[in-house]
Amino acid sequence: MIDVRNIYKTFTQPHEVKALVDVSTKIEQGEVVVVCGPSGSGKSTYLRCLNRLEIADSGQIIIDGIDVLDPKTNINQLRAEVGMVFQSFNLFPHKTVFNNIMLAQQVVRKRSKQEAQDKTMELLEKVGITDKSEVFPDNLSGGQQQRVAIARALAMDPKVMLFDEPTSALDPEMIGEVLDVMKTLAREGMTMVVVSHEMGFAREVADRVIFMDEGAVVEVGTPEHFFTNPTHDRTKLFLSQIL
Amino acid sequence: MMKKLKNRRQFNRPTAYYIWVGVFFLFIFILTGVFYYASQKIEYVWRWNRMPIYFAYNDDIEIISEIDGEVESIVLKEKEAVITIKGMDASESYKAPAESVKVDEAEMISSGDILASYQKWKPGLLIIGLWFTLKISVIATIFGIIIGTIGGLSRVSSNPAFRWLAIAYVELIRGSPLMVQILIWYFVLGTLINNVLATYGFDRLSAFWYGVASLSCFAGAYVTEIVRAGIQSIHRMQTEAARSLGMSYVQSMLHIILPQAMRRILPPLAGQFISLIKDSSLLGIIAIRELTKAAREAVTASLQPFEIYLAAAALYLVLTFTLSMYVQRLEKKIAIA
Repeated sequence: MIDVRNIYKTFTQPHEVKALVDVSTKIEQGEVVVVCGPSGSGKSTYLRCLNRLEIADSGQIIIDGIDVLDPKTNINQLRAEVGMVFQSFNLFPHKTVFNNIMLAQQVVRKRSKQEAQDKTMELLEKVGITDKSEVFPDNLSGGQQQRVAIARALAMDPKVMLFDEPTSALDPEMIGEVLDVMKTLAREGMTMVVVSHEMGFAREVADRVIFMDEGAVVEVGTPEHFFTNPTHDRTKLFLSQIL
Repeated sequence: MMKKLKNRRQFNRPTAYYIWVGVFFLFIFILTGVFYYASQKIEYVWRWNRMPIYFAYNDDIEIISEIDGEVESIVLKEKEAVITIKGMDASESYKAPAESVKVDEAEMISSGDILASYQKWKPGLLIIGLWFTLKISVIATIFGIIIGTIGGLSRVSSNPAFRWLAIAYVELIRGSPLMVQILIWYFVLGTLINNVLATYGFDRLSAFWYGVASLSCFAGAYVTEIVRAGIQSIHRMQTEAARSLGMSYVQSMLHIILPQAMRRILPPLAGQFISLIKDSSLLGIIAIRELTKAAREAVTASLQPFEIYLAAAALYLVLTFTLSMYVQRLEKKIAIA
C-alpha cells in the first residue's frame, strides 16, 4: 500500500538539518503502523513526505500504485485518498463542525449536498459528536476538536490515514476518547500510519512499530518484539525514558 | 459600559474620576473660548445664519416664453400644467406646476414674458461637493478592494511574475505623493488615454474618472499590503489542513484562507478607506468639484472662510465617523459568526 524507498530530506532553513536519511518502509493494506522516536528524529517529516506536504529530496514513495514524488501526479487527487490528522487539529475556525466536515466533500469529491450531509451525520455519530454539529470549533474541547478533525479526514473516504501526534496537544483526560476513535478505525481495517508516543495504543492495536532516530529507521518490529526485547541500544534507551 | 466601570475603578475615590471628567470638558470649553476670543480680536463677523444656503436653498425658477404669440391652451394634468403658445409660424409648449401659472388662455405674449414662476429646493455648494466626495470615495473603494485583493494574492504567490509585479506596484505607489499621482493620472495618462479613445471614436473620459483611477490605484497599493498581511497571518497550518484534504491552491484560498483573512483585514481596511475619503480632498486640483473644492468656491463667493471651512471639516467628519461606526458594527457581527 505504502512503499517508501530510500528517501532523503534535508532542511536548509533556518540551518541545515538532515531530517530523513535513507528511509525505507513498506506498509501493507490494513496495517496499523506506529512511528515513534525522540523529538527531532524525523518521524513527522517522514509522515508529511507521504502526502507531499514536504517534498522528499530523493528516493521514491508509492502509495496505492501512485508515484507521490512524480511532478506529473495529480497531488490533490492523491491527498484526497490519504487523510491526515494534525497535532494541533487545524479545524477551520470560521466554519461550524458540520461544515468543517461538509466542505471538502462538496469541493473536492463533488458530492451532492444531500450525499455530503448524510455522510457528515454518519461520521459525527461515529466520532460521537452529534450534539455539537452546529458549534464552532473554538467552543469545543481539544478532544472533541481532534475527533472532528478525524471525521473531516474520513469524509473523503481515504484509503490511508496519517496521524501526526494526534494526542500530544491534548489534556490527559481527553486522550482516551481520541484513541478510542482511532482503535475503532484500526479494527475496521483502515491502513494507518500513526506518529505517536502512546505506547499503550501501540501495544494494543499496532501491527508494527517503527522506531526512528536522527532521521533514520533504527528498528522495525511487532509491538511484542519492540516492547519485550528490542535489539538496539537506542531503542532500549528511548523505551526506558518514556515507559 | 464595562470598560467605563473598569476605568473608574482605577481611581481610589470615585469623585476623583468625575473631577477629571470635568477637567476634560473644561479643557474643550477653554479651547473653543480662546478660539472665539481670537476671532473677535480680529473683528471677524460670524454669520452662521448665512450658512444654510450652502447646504440647500430655495431657488426662484421663472418660465419665460421664447417667442411672441398667443396663449393657445393651458392643459392641466394633475398638478402640472402644459402651456402652449401659438406664434406666427411656430408654437411652443412649456411645463410648469399648475398653481404657478401666471398667464391666462388667449393672452397675448411677447418673447421674454414670464409664463410661470415658482420656487424649488436645490442643493447648495457644500452638499454638491459632499455628494461628489461620497461618489468618488465609494467607487474608488470598490476598485481599491478589487485591485488590492488581486495585488495581495499576487504578492503571496510563488510565481515571480505576479509577485514582482505586485511588489513593483506597491513600492511605486507608496513611494510617491498622491498629489503627484493625481497630476500624472490627469495630465499624463489622461492625455494619452483620451487621445487613444478619440482616435477610435470613443468619448473622452472626464476628470472624475481620472480622479477615481488615481485614488483606486493609490488605495489599492495599501490594500495589497493589508491583504498580504492578512493572508500571511492565517497561512501555514490552515493551508496544510485544506491541502491535505485534496483542495487545490485556489480552493483553499477561496474557502479557507480568504474568509478568515477578511476578518483580520477589516479594521486596517476601514482605516485605509477613511484615509481615502480624506485624500479625495486633493482632487480639486484637477477640477473635480469635491467637498474641499466646493468649500473653496463658497469661500470665494461669500468671504466667510471660518464658517465654511469648519462646516466642510464637520461634513468630512460625518462621512468618516459613519464609516468607522458601520465597520465597528460589522466587526462585532462577524466576530460572532
